[in-house]
Amino acid sequence: MSSVQTQKQLNTYANEKYKYGFETFIESDKPEKGLNQGIIRYISAKKKEPQWMLDWRLKSYEKWKSMKDSTWANIEFPKINYQDIYYYSSPKGFEDRPKSLDEVDPKLLETYKKLGIPLEEQKVLAGVAVDVVFDSVSVVTTYKGELEKLGIIFCSISEAIQDHPDLIKKYLGSVIPPGDHSFSALNSAVFSDGSFVYIPENVHCPIELSTYFRINSEDTGQFERTLIIADKGSYVSYLEGCTAPQRDTNQLHAANVELIALDNAEIKYSTVQNWYPGDEDGKGGIYNFVTKRGLCKGKNSKISWTQVETGSAITWKYPSCILKGDNSVGEFYSVAITNNFQQADTGTKMTHIGKNTKSKIISKGISLGKSQNTYRGQVRFLKNAHNSRNYTQCDSLLVGNQCGAHTVPYIDSKNKSSIIEHEASTSKINEDQLYYCRQRGISHEDAVSLIVSGFCKQVLQNLPMEFAVEAQKLVSISLEGSVG
Amino acid sequence: MFLSIKNLSVSIEDKLILNDFSLEMNKGEVHAIMGPNGCGKSTLSNVIAGNEEYTILKGEIVFKDQNLLDLNIEERAQLGVFLAFQYPIEIPGVNITPFLKASLNAKLKKEGKEEVDALSFAKELKQVATDLGIKSEMLSRSVNEGFSGGEKKRYEILQMSILKPSLAILDETDSGLDVDAFQTVTQGINKIKNDNNSFLIITHYQKLLDHITPDFVHIMKDGKIIKSGDYSIAKLIEESGYKNF
Repeated sequence: MSSVQTQKQLNTYANEKYKYGFETFIESDKPEKGLNQGIIRYISAKKKEPQWMLDWRLKSYEKWKSMKDSTWANIEFPKINYQDIYYYSSPKGFEDRPKSLDEVDPKLLETYKKLGIPLEEQKVLAGVAVDVVFDSVSVVTTYKGELEKLGIIFCSISEAIQDHPDLIKKYLGSVIPPGDHSFSALNSAVFSDGSFVYIPENVHCPIELSTYFRINSEDTGQFERTLIIADKGSYVSYLEGCTAPQRDTNQLHAANVELIALDNAEIKYSTVQNWYPGDEDGKGGIYNFVTKRGLCKGKNSKISWTQVETGSAITWKYPSCILKGDNSVGEFYSVAITNNFQQADTGTKMTHIGKNTKSKIISKGISLGKSQNTYRGQVRFLKNAHNSRNYTQCDSLLVGNQCGAHTVPYIDSKNKSSIIEHEASTSKINEDQLYYCRQRGISHEDAVSLIVSGFCKQVLQNLPMEFAVEAQKLVSISLEGSVG
Repeated sequence: MFLSIKNLSVSIEDKLILNDFSLEMNKGEVHAIMGPNGCGKSTLSNVIAGNEEYTILKGEIVFKDQNLLDLNIEERAQLGVFLAFQYPIEIPGVNITPFLKASLNAKLKKEGKEEVDALSFAKELKQVATDLGIKSEMLSRSVNEGFSGGEKKRYEILQMSILKPSLAILDETDSGLDVDAFQTVTQGINKIKNDNNSFLIITHYQKLLDHITPDFVHIMKDGKIIKSGDYSIAKLIEESGYKNF
């Protein structure tokens, strides 16, 4: 197989236009651009928040002012002008939440239909409750009644602040303190909305909880805030997926997601991320600075992150686990695909604090076009983490010769009884494999898609069934030129 | 003529491998090619399959009235050319069932036939595997991943049996096989052999030819056929090697 032909093929992939690039026309209700005390008071007032919440936001803002953006990631982008961004926008007239779908703007529903999200009955029948975030306000929550019977709380974070202040006060910011870094401080100051989940003791949440995020208003920063608490002996699987419409100016996205698992509880958090990556010349696209952190607070608890990252101009994201409870388990499964001028610096942090804690990291990076794909992972064993183990495997696949793959592992052990295994590989898409597939009559393009999905399988098979199908489709879309 | 190779010269990295090579095969014939290591046998099979690492200096390959050199790898495969690889390639994470189904459907589509659905394909695959003595556990594994040499060769025969090529090229498929795997290979070939397909068998050993009687045996040396004849040549080589040629 000539590399010339492969290169030609790649150029076809690189020319693939973003398929979800459409825009819904809904009048936005938004204040002036810029970040100051005034806008924070505006956001808080708009949400009719209690004084303690406003104080928390203002304190976070003061922290943010004293901080600098971190620069250690392997990414390049122009300095963000925080005064040139809108910090709040909501589809008009949604302060009073609609009681049923009939009350929702039909254009909004149309958008979700285009994305293939069946919001109506079939979704409920399929067993998925959806908490849809459109711009910044949660619009519809379905299936709530069924969950309420089990004592499960699944609502927007704004609602939770009103209805469950004790849980919010106890847990918000307990895993990601506002002062952790500049993006967490920023999010804490101006977070717009997001999801709140509480699973009571010994309840096994019977359905996958799911939220779809979508950026829809020009120059609107998205500052989602999600908090999931699994009480003793409970289980929950949470799905997060997003696509965004095409536009020209860069959009800042700085979400914070906190997970807390108490004794014997398990949280499985799955993400398919497909924010607009920018065009063929690297213009536009989302800057995705996400902080996701899970705390295995109780003994025998488990937190598992699975992510498929295909979008964004910049992905800066390290879903992490703090393994505090004895015998707790943290897992991270990741597929990151970058194309054109995309930059991804993603990985995880596993911090072993308790005894007999275990963590597992499986990372698959695929680079195409002129993209840069970095795995950055930190594994730490603190001095009381006796008999703890980590297994890390990170594999990179290069498609073409204009892209880059980088692996940056940090290992820090203060406990002699802990064991760390690390495996890493970097390979180019194998011409022999392509030849073999094509000799069996499979076209060059399909062969690439086949080989890549095989490469990702270890991760994709960890996704919940219905999500895995969507992820598989996304992987193909990210790779294919004319097919898909 | 079913397959006609005329005056074919091929090089790789400026080294001449096939030198004015010619071969003609009729429908329904089995041809065996024998020859010392490095004489160009594997190059021949890869050039027929369309491997792009080689440079064609001159000559032509016509198969089913089409100029093969104008077609790319997958087009040749869809036309009915199948190569059982000497060293089958591992494709981690890709299960054999969807892989082979995609192969078969690409061919059926090309022929304007209806594609097979997943369920009936899985049934057929299981049946064919059982007939070849291949355990059904092997069908849930990834293509060639972690297979022994013998298992890989059996997998090639399984694929050939499903795809039913009109020209099957077997590149040293019999090398390094235990008795059972050897039987799978010979059984598989004899089962699909008929008046409408042809086999080009590259081998070092007479033993395979005892089970699959070739119509012609060719001795290859320095990139071309230096002697052709019937099965008796193979015996001669088994006894005294290539030095007499």
